[in-house]
Amino acid sequence: MEMPQPRADILAKKARVVDRLLAVLPEDAVIFEEHEVRAYECDALTAYRCPPLAAVLPSSTDEVSAVLKVCHEEGVPVVPRGSGTSLAGGALPTADSVILGVARLNEVLETDYDNRFIRVQTGRTNLSVSGAVEEGDFFYAPDPSSQLACAIAGNIAMNSGGAHCLKYGVTTNNLMGVTAVLMDGTVIEIGGAHLDAGGLDLLGVICGSEGQLAVVTEATLRILRKPEGARPVLMGYDSSEVAGQVVSDIIRAGILPVAIEFMDRPCIRATEDFAHAGYPDCEALLIVEVEGSDDEIAAQLGVILQIARKYDPVAIRESQSADESARIWLGRKSAFGAMGQINDYMCLDGTIPVDKLPHVLHRIGEMSADYGLEVANVFHAGDGNMHPLILFNANQPGELEKCEALGADILRLCVEVGGCLTGEHGVGIEKRDLMGVQYAPDDLEAQMRVKDVFDPAWLLNPAKVFPLTVSAPRRAA
Amino acid sequence: MLQPATEADLAEAVTSATGPLRVVGGGTRDIGRPVVGTALSVAGLSGIDLYEPGALTVVVRAGTPLAELESVLAAENQRLPFEPMDHRPLLGTTGAPTIGGVVAANVSGPRRVQGGACRDFLLGVRFVDGSGTVVKNGGRVMKNVTGYDLVKLMAGSWGTLGVLTELSFKVLARPEAEATLVAEGLSAKDGVAALCRALGSPFDVSGAAHVGGGRTLVRIEGLSGSVTYRAGRLADLLPGFETVEGEASAALWRDVRDVTAFAGRDGAVWRVSVKPTDGPVLSAALETAGVPHEAVFDWGGGLVWLSMGSASADTVRREVAALGGHATLVRATQAERAEVPVFQPEPAPLAAITAGLRQRFDPRGILNPGLMG
Repeated sequence: MEMPQPRADILAKKARVVDRLLAVLPEDAVIFEEHEVRAYECDALTAYRCPPLAAVLPSSTDEVSAVLKVCHEEGVPVVPRGSGTSLAGGALPTADSVILGVARLNEVLETDYDNRFIRVQTGRTNLSVSGAVEEGDFFYAPDPSSQLACAIAGNIAMNSGGAHCLKYGVTTNNLMGVTAVLMDGTVIEIGGAHLDAGGLDLLGVICGSEGQLAVVTEATLRILRKPEGARPVLMGYDSSEVAGQVVSDIIRAGILPVAIEFMDRPCIRATEDFAHAGYPDCEALLIVEVEGSDDEIAAQLGVILQIARKYDPVAIRESQSADESARIWLGRKSAFGAMGQINDYMCLDGTIPVDKLPHVLHRIGEMSADYGLEVANVFHAGDGNMHPLILFNANQPGELEKCEALGADILRLCVEVGGCLTGEHGVGIEKRDLMGVQYAPDDLEAQMRVKDVFDPAWLLNPAKVFPLTVSAPRRAA
Repeated sequence: MLQPATEADLAEAVTSATGPLRVVGGGTRDIGRPVVGTALSVAGLSGIDLYEPGALTVVVRAGTPLAELESVLAAENQRLPFEPMDHRPLLGTTGAPTIGGVVAANVSGPRRVQGGACRDFLLGVRFVDGSGTVVKNGGRVMKNVTGYDLVKLMAGSWGTLGVLTELSFKVLARPEAEATLVAEGLSAKDGVAALCRALGSPFDVSGAAHVGGGRTLVRIEGLSGSVTYRAGRLADLLPGFETVEGEASAALWRDVRDVTAFAGRDGAVWRVSVKPTDGPVLSAALETAGVPHEAVFDWGGGLVWLSMGSASADTVRREVAALGGHATLVRATQAERAEVPVFQPEPAPLAAITAGLRQRFDPRGILNPGLMG
């Protein structure tokens, strides 16, 4: 993955830029020593690293504005960073950039149960937002796997999803307002505690813009009352085609589970070795979770199991207790950790139309054999968001490149069947050069026009999302 | 009137336009500052391109009549989850609403409070920008963060950034049953307080409104056993509410959705979005400020429809600004709409962004110029 050459003139004026940053921030909020900036050299896409020119940790919207003003005047690129959990390299710096970390912006500003919102600073972690409203029996719905660590700022940048978005939607569906700072330091407010911000839907554009349009410092988020209860059921099948059919039938029956998760055999085996969740050894495993009172859960599971049994399941496990529910989820939740134990892996994120599932799984199997790299599949089946995990050995020369090539082929397949490159992780640098597979030049041009408006000098996270060759004229201008 | 039959013809019509174009769907939503220009109808782009009930997705051309789309979905026991309002009764318009018009105006109904707005169920768009270039964004899958979300930007842009040609949606199953809890005689403040209690309960309320005559409504939908159970639990939570089921319940919500309380009468109608508990506060403030009006509260109190003799724009805007939110003058005479900003004026930095986007998507300023102010 290529990154733009750092600009020599910016590297040469590091001392001056640091001095100007120190003039607007407390001393401990500016990190510039070589051994210290190393902490910001990568995010969760660890294959790519580059220490930034400096990193800043502002504590208020005003400080963010002051930092951006300085960088804007100096022509220094800025890479916003939440908690650095991006799997797509969204927070990867270049040597001539300043990392703007929002970690110190972590206050809850307002909680309102009557009006069902919480206003927070965006450095706060996803899980701690739900934690802040737990006493009221409320929760914040989007739940990315990294929710213990990931920041709301990053969730907004990537429009993060999670396992439960089939029912509750992704970040953009739960974001009501933001305070954000443009690259030139201008503070803007969009939306608030009311539904549907007025005017053009700028909120909808900022959400998912991968930190390229503005730095979001505060967010008003929709919170929901917790359901009375939730219970999963596990089912195993001998073929992924059949499992795919079961998913489709459940959806058509008018049941809207909060989650439908899918794991294939390689994934089941790896997690079994790791977590001992007691999963059946089969081709395809589904975990379906529904919510409500005990009776409501029983009624929904009744419909689901009736469908499930029609297709000769290898196994069905209904949860009768909180403990059993936890065990059903155990393997799924440890899937990524399990893979990490046995190998290096690359996690893809393409989405496909649900009915293309069997075809895509079959093709992935063939590609996996062709490349000689094992692929395990775990994904959100209800919404078609796949997470193929390509296993490889990073210490073996050439294997990373081979893995990336297979990944690119799988993502091309996702687009070919009517899907997209990324369902919830974002483009970052990882899928940047594949954008042309999904979008024609005119489509990319329309998106870049939006950045032209928000950040005319292309200084905010400039080397992401768009293929470098496509964005080059704008970045150079 | 221009009425191209294909997207390519529509693109050609925009490219070769020499003056302003007034983009027309079904012509039922005569909202915004009046536009002077050649009518460009999308009615020729009609039909459903793809419908996969098992994947909950439908792809439809922008000029397709809403009624046609809804009946195709109903045949598979599915629906558009955001319950789009029919503006005809309120505005006294005729014609057949199109799905493109629904999206251009981001039209949502009572279920928005639970499930989301039109823009939340819109998965992909194709449109022709002001230079005549065809652009696609999003797609037909439910989760998609590939590139910027221009899908949201196009929803509610009233044809000012591009002419929509094709739309894809997430649809959902129609519920087996519905019921509404009804109370009469509550004040707006007490009614909205009850709605807050209901929406803050675990019982998945899908409609919460306080309408004319002091009637307060709370809707639930789902499997019939579940609806019965939750209606019972909500009745415990909301003393004095009676339960109405089935078609009687559905009829109540059609009236809320279409604001029929204000249909067939003269005067201005505002649509205001505020924090739910501020709905009654706004109404009281307007009374105090000497603006007599009637109010209907949807979305738990946060969507306020105001009916009044004349627009009283300065007062309405001042009181909404004091609370935080936005107001649209949905119904007024053409003269009033030419005089008063119909949409909420934006603070300078946002106005600059809006102007910048318009300039880039429609450099010649020919698509519904001035409609949004």
